[in-house]
Amino acid sequence: MSKVRVLVGTRKGAFILTSDGKRQNWDVSGPFFTGWEIYHLKGSPVDPNRIYASQTSGWFGQVIQRSNDGGKTWEQPGTAPGEPTKTPEGFPKGESNKFVYDTSPETGKPITTHMWYDGTAHPWEFKRVWHIEPSLTDPDTAYAGVEDAALFRTADGGKTWQELPGLRGHGTGSQWQPGAGGMGLHTILLDPKNPARIFVAISAAGTFRSEDHGKTWKPINRGLKSQFMPDPNAEVGHCVHRIALHPSKPDTLFMQKHWDVMRSDDAGANWYEVSGNLPTDFGFPIDVHAHEPNTIYVVPIKSDSEHFPLDGKLRVYRSRSGGNEWEPLTKGLPQKDCYVNVLRDAMAVDSMDSCGIYFGTTGGQVYFSPDAGDNWTPIVRDLPAVLSVEVQTLK
Amino acid sequence: MIRVELPFHLRRLAQVETEVQLEVAPPITQRSVLDALEDKYPMLRGTIRDHVTLKRRAFLRFFACQQDLSHEPPDAPLPEPVTTGAEPYLIIGAIAGG
Repeated sequence: MSKVRVLVGTRKGAFILTSDGKRQNWDVSGPFFTGWEIYHLKGSPVDPNRIYASQTSGWFGQVIQRSNDGGKTWEQPGTAPGEPTKTPEGFPKGESNKFVYDTSPETGKPITTHMWYDGTAHPWEFKRVWHIEPSLTDPDTAYAGVEDAALFRTADGGKTWQELPGLRGHGTGSQWQPGAGGMGLHTILLDPKNPARIFVAISAAGTFRSEDHGKTWKPINRGLKSQFMPDPNAEVGHCVHRIALHPSKPDTLFMQKHWDVMRSDDAGANWYEVSGNLPTDFGFPIDVHAHEPNTIYVVPIKSDSEHFPLDGKLRVYRSRSGGNEWEPLTKGLPQKDCYVNVLRDAMAVDSMDSCGIYFGTTGGQVYFSPDAGDNWTPIVRDLPAVLSVEVQTLK
Repeated sequence: MIRVELPFHLRRLAQVETEVQLEVAPPITQRSVLDALEDKYPMLRGTIRDHVTLKRRAFLRFFACQQDLSHEPPDAPLPEPVTTGAEPYLIIGAIAGG
């Protein structure tokens, strides 16, 4: 019997929602890490009981948590109270929270500043981990997208993290600047057909691709237009909110940009707009149906200044044609007086025969559709503001 | 014996219920106390001081004996009641927001 596990990160802790394959009755466990912002949790595709979590706080900084039993118990990798503070090999413990930019000339580039909001140079400062993407093949390997934007990798289950410095150091890093939410690397896509290929997206720098396991990178933003920039077609500086792909067609990418929904059919080399008949093409999340590579979902909100649904009606839009032709999905969603937002990492799909779609709101609801978006119901209504939603389909 | 009081969230991280007691070799300073704290509870590394610069995180304060020690040099001697264990060294989350 299949089972579904929904991992929810919120402003005040993490929650885990579980159901059997019918997805009718849900158990809610948590809160875990109460009082902390949980930017993201994600399980390993190889070992679904291995879950990584980013626990963060303006007061206390960054903590990485890991579970080996599907979220029942958690630990900081490599560190248990009362144990020796060094490993038998002599390595220090307490390193799982340590994210230090690589500025060595040997491995990266001594890049120390990026562009600030006012165009001046600003020192690179680590703030938090926005997104953790476990490897498709090894449960001990995972990637972390951080603010200020950089990509880190662990190969020891989260005990230590090393920057992949070729991303910041490839040449445009000093031109990157923060969006309204900070300068975060928020999306990491691993290509299931090409293990050497990684896509990342950064606000407000754009999208980047590596063809050599993250060693070297290049910007892939041709076709994006951002009117807030002096040169709307510049190579970098675009506020990409989220990108998504279907595992069976990893050369096709979908993007929710600050404004505009975009698509690429050549692994990001060229982008074209597919906003079509959307009532507004501003939004944060975008995701792809588990079994239909051309069926995609967005949640349009009114504008960059008004982060809530148009007319107080919460509507998911679905395109079955890979963009341009969109239909509103409203059944079961509030159609008046609704002024929540759906953040970029707060939408996910399961891979049951009838694809389930999930999203969380800043109002604390986690909505679920068991039929690809036709009907919706809230699993929970009153959590803290939801930052991220991930779904595991367990066999 | 040096007594250290941690804020709620750091007690949870360190898995301790009450104040922490540390053996610290002289000289007893903020640096030596925090070094000993992080040595005994390595999961706190990076949560009180920056991993690399060892500077106090911006939203934390250090108090003892009704004094704010947050801006004192890290190698300055701590007040005598702290060194004898009569008074605790307090790590406080700054009050900000709701």
